[in-house]
Amino acid sequence: MLAKPFDSAASAAASIDFSQYPDEHGRFGEYGGLYVAETLMEPLAELREAYLRLRQDPEFIAELDRDLTHYVGRPSPIYHAERLSKKIGGAQILFKREDLNHTGAHKINNTVGQALVAKRMGKRRIIAETGAGQHGVASATVATRLGLECVVYMGAVDIERQKINVYRMKLLGAEVVPVTSGSKTLKDALNEAMRDWVTNVADTFYIIGTVAGPHPYPMMVRDFNAIVGREARAQMLAQYGRLPDVITACVGGGSNAIGLFHAFLNDRDVAIVGAEAAGDGIETGRHAASLAAGRPGVLHGNRTYVICDDDGQITETHSISAGLDYPGVGPEHAWLKDTGRASYVGITDDEALAAFHELARSEGILAALESSHAVAQGIKLARDLPKDELVLVNLSGRGDKDVHTIAAREGIAL
Amino acid sequence: MNRIDRRFAELKAAGRTGLIPFITAGDPSPEHVVALMHALVEAGADVIELGVPFSDPMADGPVIQHASERALAKGVGLARILGWVGEFRRRDANTPVVLMGYLNPIEIHGYAEFADEAVAAGVDGVLLVDCPLEESATIKPLADAGLHRIFLAAPTTHDARLAALIREASGFLYYVSFAGVTGANRLDLAPVRARVAAIKTLAPALPVAVGFGVRDAASAAAIAGFADAVVIGSALVEQLANSAGASAVTDAARAFLAPIRKALDAGSAKNAA
Repeated sequence: MLAKPFDSAASAAASIDFSQYPDEHGRFGEYGGLYVAETLMEPLAELREAYLRLRQDPEFIAELDRDLTHYVGRPSPIYHAERLSKKIGGAQILFKREDLNHTGAHKINNTVGQALVAKRMGKRRIIAETGAGQHGVASATVATRLGLECVVYMGAVDIERQKINVYRMKLLGAEVVPVTSGSKTLKDALNEAMRDWVTNVADTFYIIGTVAGPHPYPMMVRDFNAIVGREARAQMLAQYGRLPDVITACVGGGSNAIGLFHAFLNDRDVAIVGAEAAGDGIETGRHAASLAAGRPGVLHGNRTYVICDDDGQITETHSISAGLDYPGVGPEHAWLKDTGRASYVGITDDEALAAFHELARSEGILAALESSHAVAQGIKLARDLPKDELVLVNLSGRGDKDVHTIAAREGIAL
Repeated sequence: MNRIDRRFAELKAAGRTGLIPFITAGDPSPEHVVALMHALVEAGADVIELGVPFSDPMADGPVIQHASERALAKGVGLARILGWVGEFRRRDANTPVVLMGYLNPIEIHGYAEFADEAVAAGVDGVLLVDCPLEESATIKPLADAGLHRIFLAAPTTHDARLAALIREASGFLYYVSFAGVTGANRLDLAPVRARVAAIKTLAPALPVAVGFGVRDAASAAAIAGFADAVVIGSALVEQLANSAGASAVTDAARAFLAPIRKALDAGSAKNAA
């Protein structure tokens, strides 16, 4: 049996109202904050003020709701994977189908929202960083729809392993700029986007794709993704008459995970588990599990768990999934870990691949490699729980973009 | 008295504009850092900014990014850098040294431990690019140990923030001449002059150094007319990058700085006249 996290009154999280964070300084406990160069402080203050105003503006809320319904295709369904559940022989596995959104992942929830903020702030140019390319595609999509210029920074290594998404961005009219500094992956793309922003801050809006970065980004990106958990909570009550026993999602920067988790944080009977990329195995050092194997530090504008050496240098991470290949994590997750409200575990490349195939063959769903980490964790959790318990997994994206990677890994020439 | 305060007092008394060269510690070669620091002083440096390389230098342009990558590849870290400062201090007791970099290396080292070791080595101040005023409680142990915390002010800094920065500033205020990364070629002097004048009106006693985009004698001399000091980083780092061997590195530094020193002194004299 999986232990429920709040059986003990001694738990640090027992008395916290999780809906009230971050505080006005952008802090989740000791995590978060605003660790950026002086030049960005005023622009971030302007963004914070604009966003806090807009999120209470009925016209803005109505426009966002319209886009989410008619453009993104919300609500996304909750699907009971009966055949998979039967095969595993434990708890019932349910999927929140974010893979069915327009552009194929949860990322669009955030970019639709931030693009509307950009428009209201009078910006004419959008920049974004991307790892797997999903956030780049989602940013290019909303930018072209609003007639805004779009530049996407992407690590040269990621460009190589995500060619289809690179081409999709170009089809949508975005310029994709290869980043060749550092490890040439997501973290370096974020550095380069930040450098662009500091240079062009007057007319440019930076759409950060995950719940990291300086305040207000971790809050704003979470708020735009939190519709996932709000919907799921209502759907569970409507379809099953109760909340799930456990919820799980993959965690790179952590936007789909916080999107699902947030509405359930104050539901103390719902256990929360995040699945990080353990790559070749945490013990090998070739992984991207910041929470499971990192330590508190400062990266990309916030204090959070990072993967670094004893000199404080951020070290190279590894994951088969470009979207999880990041040495930091959103500060709210760092806080959820420390308070004990959520636990975070590693899923290896091999476990994610096995789950990818299991889901494909038993349910006819090709999940993204990122989401396959959550599927693997969902299967692990379900196996140890009785048949009448419910495990809700965020299926955050579809796997079409990954078929080349999977084929290459398995020695198949397409 | 902190060496930085003493140095700016001396500059003021002599009517000179300070020259603050920036080098990335360990680039082009870890073996020659101390010799390079002495050469900078001989060529007229008033304060030395020693860059602590970081894997993710978000505020730096390509020149300093690459210098950091080269230094890191040679295993340069905080402990070695403090060792170099200590070695430099054995022959130079007066030239202030400011460490410039990002928070994470110090965070991981431990703020209190770093503060003690830095003071013992002879460091006088720190400029942590990703630690703005709002987060400066993080680095309070550094101030408690006697290190000056150098803050940046930028063209995007509004007046209310500027007043707060001036209140908290120690050593000198580093004015970033344009919105951008280090080494970019975007220097436009008129707005810089106006802004520095505004800072001077608010805080007549606080020294102001201007940096980002200062590349040569002409741009340095122009700034000498209205600022207390000029910071030159990327252009110097670029010059040094191709030098190999101790004498080549120190010669390159002297050759680069000499005309700038001369132009600054001419500019200061003209200004005083």
